[in-house]
Amino acid sequence: MKFVLLFVGTPEDQDRFERMTPDERKAAMAGAGGWFHEYTQSGKIVGGEQLQGPKTVSTVRAENGQRIITDGPFIESKEVIGGFAILDVKDRDEAEEIAKKWPAGPVEIWPTVEN
Amino acid sequence: MKYVLLFGGTMEGADQLPEGHREVAMADYEKSGQWFAKYTKAGKIVSGEELRGPSTATTVSRKNGKVSVTDGPFIESKEVIGGFAVIDVADLDEAIAMAREWPGTVEIRPTIDHSEDAGR
Amino acid sequence: MAAVFREEAGRLTGALVRVLGNFDLAEEVVQDSLVAALVKWPEQGIPDNPGAWLMTTARRRAIDLLRRDRRYSEKLALLERSQLPGDAPEADDRLRLIFTCCHPALAQEAQVALTLRAVAGFTTPEIAAAFLVSEATMAQRIVRAKRKIVVAHIPYRVPQGEDVAERLDAVLAVLYLMFNEGYLSRGASAGMRRDLAEDALWLGRLLDRLMPGQPEVLGLVALMQLNLARSAARFNEAGEIVLLADQDRSLWDRDSIKEGTRVLERAAVLHGPGPYQLQAAIAAVHAEARTWGDTDWSQIVLLYDALLRLGESPVVRLNRAVALSHLAGPEAALGEVNDLAMTLGEYHLLHSTRAELLDQLGEKEQARQARLRALELCQNPAERALLERRLGG
Repeated sequence: MKFVLLFVGTPEDQDRFERMTPDERKAAMAGAGGWFHEYTQSGKIVGGEQLQGPKTVSTVRAENGQRIITDGPFIESKEVIGGFAILDVKDRDEAEEIAKKWPAGPVEIWPTVEN
Repeated sequence: MKYVLLFGGTMEGADQLPEGHREVAMADYEKSGQWFAKYTKAGKIVSGEELRGPSTATTVSRKNGKVSVTDGPFIESKEVIGGFAVIDVADLDEAIAMAREWPGTVEIRPTIDHSEDAGR
Repeated sequence: MAAVFREEAGRLTGALVRVLGNFDLAEEVVQDSLVAALVKWPEQGIPDNPGAWLMTTARRRAIDLLRRDRRYSEKLALLERSQLPGDAPEADDRLRLIFTCCHPALAQEAQVALTLRAVAGFTTPEIAAAFLVSEATMAQRIVRAKRKIVVAHIPYRVPQGEDVAERLDAVLAVLYLMFNEGYLSRGASAGMRRDLAEDALWLGRLLDRLMPGQPEVLGLVALMQLNLARSAARFNEAGEIVLLADQDRSLWDRDSIKEGTRVLERAAVLHGPGPYQLQAAIAAVHAEARTWGDTDWSQIVLLYDALLRLGESPVVRLNRAVALSHLAGPEAALGEVNDLAMTLGEYHLLHSTRAELLDQLGEKEQARQARLRALELCQNPAERALLERRLGG
């Protein structure tokens, strides 16, 4: 079964991360990197991305029948999604066990629609 | 250059929409399927997932070192992410052109490329 | 110096972005060279070849920055070899630059600021002063926009095919916003070293040179030119706004009006009507009237009707109502203005227009109330002063 884990952070977390030097970033990422590595090796993670911060985001939406492009995210919220991982596991409990091992902030577990 | 397109809206509750709205939602859903087929064939889509509705989401978070599991998404927002696609394209304009053909709201987020980390 | 900056900055930035492939870095070193010129030139005089001076300074700065990072050794070699900016058609560079700065994925206020800085050679403090925000706020806005260009890979190129019209609209919207900001605050910001309205007109002409045959570019150039032609009459000695009806028309710049009208005629033969051409045509009708009483209001109402056919806009409706009041009397116009109260309730000009019409109908108290409401909503100092005078009188 496939699940998507969404990693949640605050814009402040994201800004801090973006200001880090490559070395600082590496250290900060070590835990998360290890987590990704472990579950990618065991075949549980089948995909994932880390996203650039909300200040680099653009949104395309419909307005008066036209598709317009604007600066910024469409989800209005204090927290932002900093990245995600796609899991292929046997059930929801396994997804939850893996999510619990994530070393950083909150994680949302979303079941997917399998086509 | 990789981008993640986050798609707004969900099919959760679509069966309870009033007559007319339901047909529109179904037609858009159909279009989104065609969109995926077209760009997968064109080699632009690296991966993509459709998420089930927010009522099926669970949040794992940590408070004072203790892990807690709660029902529902962590992010409180009117808008819902219904799915996403990871695309690999030349630049933002190509990503925008693809997003324009999607039948709903799309957030375009550049990804952080970790393949370069080793070289630094 | 402003004229030199304006001629050289965009060329230089454009060429450097092309050679370096890094918008942020290129834009930054050119800005550094402008700031260096601001310090040096007043002491040493403007060099014989100011463009070359700025280029050498910017290039030296870029080399300095690039040397710190080994990843850029290739770029560095390229920079040391290239003859900037004369080694390629410079025109293309500036056009690409304009489209990158006015990319719709950037917030519009950032598009305006970036265009002023990168294309027209404004410094950050000048832009901050023009938009009445702190330097720190403006600097942050610019840094953020440049970072997005780099991180999100906003391309550095002129759009092609079906994208052109839409992207050109975005550029024109930026120039028009720039123009209005300068034009409306002319009286209040007389101490400013550079005039946004003049620079917007310059940018419009540049755009026409780089991308000839675009009717709406010509339309906007004509609109700006025709409005600027009246600028000597728009403020009195006290720096207060003088309304069109009360302006001394002998102060209007007849050559500039002729030029604006000629540009509008050039647009008309291209057979691509659009909102800027129609607004310019309205400005031309006003400019051609020798007195306020000579104004051809029926022509103006027709032009507003044409504008409304291009797209519904309550602000255009409001302007049409004003024109209508001169044709059909204040009562008919007031009805139309009242109908707009739902959509434009927060727009000060709706209330000041109502006030004028109510005055004409002898409803002094209602007119006063409307004017007070307009004053509550109006931010522009010159327009506020006008409202206050009307209330006092």
